[in-house]
Amino acid sequence: MNDPMIPAPFRVKRTRKELEDTFTLELAPIRNSRPFHFSAGQFNMLYVHGVGEVPISISGDPGDPSVLVHTTRSVGTVTDAMWKLKQGDTIGIRGPFGTSWPVVEAEGSDVVIVTGGIGLAPLRPAIYHIITNRKRYGNVVILYGARTPEDILYRREIERWRSRLDIDVEVTVDRATGHWAGNVGVVTKLVSRGGFDPSQTVAMVCGPEIMMRYCVQALNDQGVANDRIYVSMERNMKCAVGFCGHCQFGQAFVCKDGPVFRFDAIERDFYVREL
Amino acid sequence: MVELKSIADLVRDNPFFAGLSEEYLELISGCGANESFAAGSFLFREGGSADKFYVIRHGGVALEMYQPGREPIILQTRRDGDIMGWSWFIPPYRWEWDARALQLTRVVSFDAICLRGKLESDPAFGYEMMKRFIPVIHDRMKAARLQMIDMYGGGAR
Ligand SMILES: Cc1cc2nc3c(=O)[nH]c(=O)nc-3n(C[C@H](O)[C@H](O)[C@H](O)COP(=O)(O)OP(=O)(O)OC[C@H]3O[C@@H](n4cnc5c(N)ncnc54)[C@H](O)[C@@H]3O)c2cc1C
Ligand code: FES
Repeated sequence: MNDPMIPAPFRVKRTRKELEDTFTLELAPIRNSRPFHFSAGQFNMLYVHGVGEVPISISGDPGDPSVLVHTTRSVGTVTDAMWKLKQGDTIGIRGPFGTSWPVVEAEGSDVVIVTGGIGLAPLRPAIYHIITNRKRYGNVVILYGARTPEDILYRREIERWRSRLDIDVEVTVDRATGHWAGNVGVVTKLVSRGGFDPSQTVAMVCGPEIMMRYCVQALNDQGVANDRIYVSMERNMKCAVGFCGHCQFGQAFVCKDGPVFRFDAIERDFYVREL
Repeated sequence: MVELKSIADLVRDNPFFAGLSEEYLELISGCGANESFAAGSFLFREGGSADKFYVIRHGGVALEMYQPGREPIILQTRRDGDIMGWSWFIPPYRWEWDARALQLTRVVSFDAICLRGKLESDPAFGYEMMKRFIPVIHDRMKAARLQMIDMYGGGAR
């Protein structure tokens, strides 16, 4: 990495509308053609010229460093401006930053991935890694929740994963009408269906904090201990390298000690209401 | 007789009935019958008399609310092993939703009229059943609340 505070210019190679409010940018460096190496779970700071900078997880394949992929939900000033970018436009990138999903530590264990909404984007690199190295893992279970069938992110890709015989993929939605033949209910309900050995499972959970809270509970109910559960946290960020303190979460800085935490390490702070 | 035995096995294997005495397990099994529903057919419909509850052996069921001239709204789905239906417990014993098989679905249905009589005459049995149905109701309510709050859209994620 060069100076971590100076954004490197990247060119938008492709844009894709994923959902009504969610899009994917594929980026390539302008100044050099060095591959962009990262670990599943890490994030970049994306700088839109004249607008501002935001942390966004990398959602591409860590095995293919030739293209940098970010999937973003448009929620405010910077992400709205990002959505307006077109093929050929430039964007500044700092990163990659932060900790990663325990894809190596999980080798030899069952893996349960529980996610909802756009939380699938930060987990997708871990899923790619696990699929590429499928033989190194026990049972692999992917549980995904979305508001409606129309809000399912990466739907075609999920269908592809589902068609494999060596991964158990379940999707559920909060609301649907008669044409939907899948599950309706919360993602925590899927956790209770099992398909993994709780004492030999590593769970990776990503989504809004409310979702993660109930998913951790559901995993605990199944017998998965907190030192086998990993979550990805979000806090507002500025420097992304542990200087400014913007992202402080209890004793930890989310940018440097996270965003991926083993749950037992943050359990106490996770339940503090105003943190 | 063969059918009765397989229902007794199912009852014994389902965690919902775990811990019930042999006597009660037999009682419940005696009220059970195997049924199967083709995809798209209804196990029950809103307003109908709730005289059964179900354990899904295999398949899927959508609990849904019909709306005239439009697609029904699916509230929740039930899958293998799930317990379905508690309106048989609450007067005036009417179903509040439709239950539609999403695929070929095999269930054991339990005759609530026969069970209600036994629950009334044996309060200990009634209590054992309450202890099992209340957590199911609690689970469903919790799920319904989480479904209501748009859990996956909260904040930026
Ligand atoms: C490590 C990390 C990884 C992230 N990865 C992704 C990702 O892969 N895809 C993605 O779409 N988003 C991701 N985010 C969230 C993203 O950074 C924010 O959505 C973004 O900063 C919003 O900036 P904005 O200027 O568009 O919105 P603003 O104008 O700053 O805010 C608009 C609204 O969104 C709310 N908001 C802003 N940020 C957050 C947040 N982090 N959590 C909850 N509410 C928020 C604000 O309160 C406000 O109501 C990640 C955040 C972190 C910390
Ligand atoms: S963003 Fe500055 S310390 Fe984390």
